[in-house]
Amino acid sequence: MNVLNSIIEQLINGLRTGSIYALIALGYTMVYGIAKMINFAHGDIIMVGAYVLYLFVTLLHIPVIPAVLITILSCAVIGVVIEKVAYKPLRKAQPLAVLITAIGVSFFLQNLIQIIFGATPIPFGSIINIPAIRLGSITISGITIVTLSVTTICMIALTWFINKTRAGRAMRAVSEDKGAAELMGINVNGTISLTFFIGSALAAVAGILFICQYESLKPTLGALPGIKAFVAAVLGGIGSIPGAMLGGILLGLIESLSKAYISTQLSDAIVFGVLVIVLLVKPTGLLGKQRREKV
Amino acid sequence: MIQRLFKNKSAMISLLVTIVIYILVIVLVSAGLLSRQLTSIIIPVCVNVMLAVSLCLIVGFLGELTLGHAGFMSIGAYTGALITLNATALPAPVSFGLALIAGGLVAGIFGVLIGVPVLRLRGDYLAIVTLGFGEIIKSIINSLKLTNGAAGLSDIPKYATYKQFTLVYIIMILMILLITNLVNSRHGRAISSIRDNYIAAEATGIPVSKFKVIAFVISAVFAGISGVIYAHNVGILKPGNFDYNRSIEVLVMVVLGGMGNIKGSIIAAVILTLLPEVLRGLDDYRMLMYAIVLITMMIFNNSTLKNRMFKRKSKAVEKEGA
Repeated sequence: MNVLNSIIEQLINGLRTGSIYALIALGYTMVYGIAKMINFAHGDIIMVGAYVLYLFVTLLHIPVIPAVLITILSCAVIGVVIEKVAYKPLRKAQPLAVLITAIGVSFFLQNLIQIIFGATPIPFGSIINIPAIRLGSITISGITIVTLSVTTICMIALTWFINKTRAGRAMRAVSEDKGAAELMGINVNGTISLTFFIGSALAAVAGILFICQYESLKPTLGALPGIKAFVAAVLGGIGSIPGAMLGGILLGLIESLSKAYISTQLSDAIVFGVLVIVLLVKPTGLLGKQRREKV
Repeated sequence: MIQRLFKNKSAMISLLVTIVIYILVIVLVSAGLLSRQLTSIIIPVCVNVMLAVSLCLIVGFLGELTLGHAGFMSIGAYTGALITLNATALPAPVSFGLALIAGGLVAGIFGVLIGVPVLRLRGDYLAIVTLGFGEIIKSIINSLKLTNGAAGLSDIPKYATYKQFTLVYIIMILMILLITNLVNSRHGRAISSIRDNYIAAEATGIPVSKFKVIAFVISAVFAGISGVIYAHNVGILKPGNFDYNRSIEVLVMVVLGGMGNIKGSIIAAVILTLLPEVLRGLDDYRMLMYAIVLITMMIFNNSTLKNRMFKRKSKAVEKEGA
């Protein structure tokens, strides 16, 4: 019974981290689908989100709910600004140039925050104060409940948006064929900005949930979840939205189980091992589409 | 070989510059004209030049981005340091020579081990896997007993201070020569063709994977050797010395030098190592500046502004010719 309980608890933990990864992975996958680039700075948006929340809640004493909304909005705007300033001039450049720029942006955000807030970690209490629930012999913490419900809502809303709205259809069209979409009268630049807006907003949500779990701010906090979410996006098939959700949750479960039953120190290495295996065996991921390359 | 060298004008100039720089440094050091700080930075400049040139081979000529360069450097550094720390019975030159060879070899072996599976990937995937690999090496070094964990190794004999400048300089020049010759050879053109058009290169019968691994391993070996020199220059090694920032720093040198330009990489490496020493007050902003350099260089390279500037230049040249 005890073994079963501990397994169930690990699974719930995995689901919690996994759903955060899934939120971040959605941003990667949407941007990749539409701009054919990997936004290295996406992980750092999480970090910026956490710091902005800290700024509003602790330093400016704004109530939690407006502070959360302002945080999400400001991160989304930062995402759009990054796209306009750094990525848009390079839309026709070779992939290496875009990649280096994205790394530059990521590095820029980390160091900017480090200069503003300092490199020492800042303790930051969770803003979620919901009592834990007991189901039989299993306890589910308040943060877990909030995380799972928020991510579920976000994913359902996003799926609805992409499939049912006009703007969502425009996004699908641009990711399918940019030129044809433009000819059909779709505002490609606007659609790309919208993608960055939504992706960064989701990253901000993930950042808020993440910081409630870890309760310590540092300029590099976004790097590891960012990379893991990237692994999740690749695992699910980059460019595929259901793939990102599935990949994120699977990765969270793998990580949580390997932390509990294999080794805490090696869990990061195992996550990277998953990435390498996926890329070597099935580079398109679980739900990705095969693309043929031509000269 | 030597006759050909003398016939070639640009090779002559390079040789001359090499000798002049060497004599200049030796004279300045022996005359005591350099401050202690500048003397202590001579070897780090050489180390960074080696790192930049070796990364230039991958980023500039192979056209791929690896972010694990500091990882290879750390493998070399730790291997070399462990050898000189444990082989105290041997005379200094022998053990240091052994350390250099072993450091390069071990880094090269890791280069093969990692390169063979990973180099099937391209672009973003390769970058992120090598980034992860660098972090894994760091965490492994951090947890191993052999490397003394987070406390690191200390009291490494200082076999590569400014007094051994001649040796380090020769190694550096050899590396530069090797890479320049490689790039200008048949193999080098094969490597560049992979950068320019992967599929076309494959279709013309170039074994793409083989050349990718060759370039990757050469770069890893050189990074390893520079790591050994670094270790015997500072005397203390910590896993934190070889983090992501270190890899980015080398990348900035390559990008600033103009990707695919070895001379540019060398100059950028020298400037970027000297600059923080001269401008001490700007140290906090150094990394931020690196980030801005990366972004603006990329945007500038692909902007119409650059095209216009260079067009005007070439037009002016044409007019002069007419």
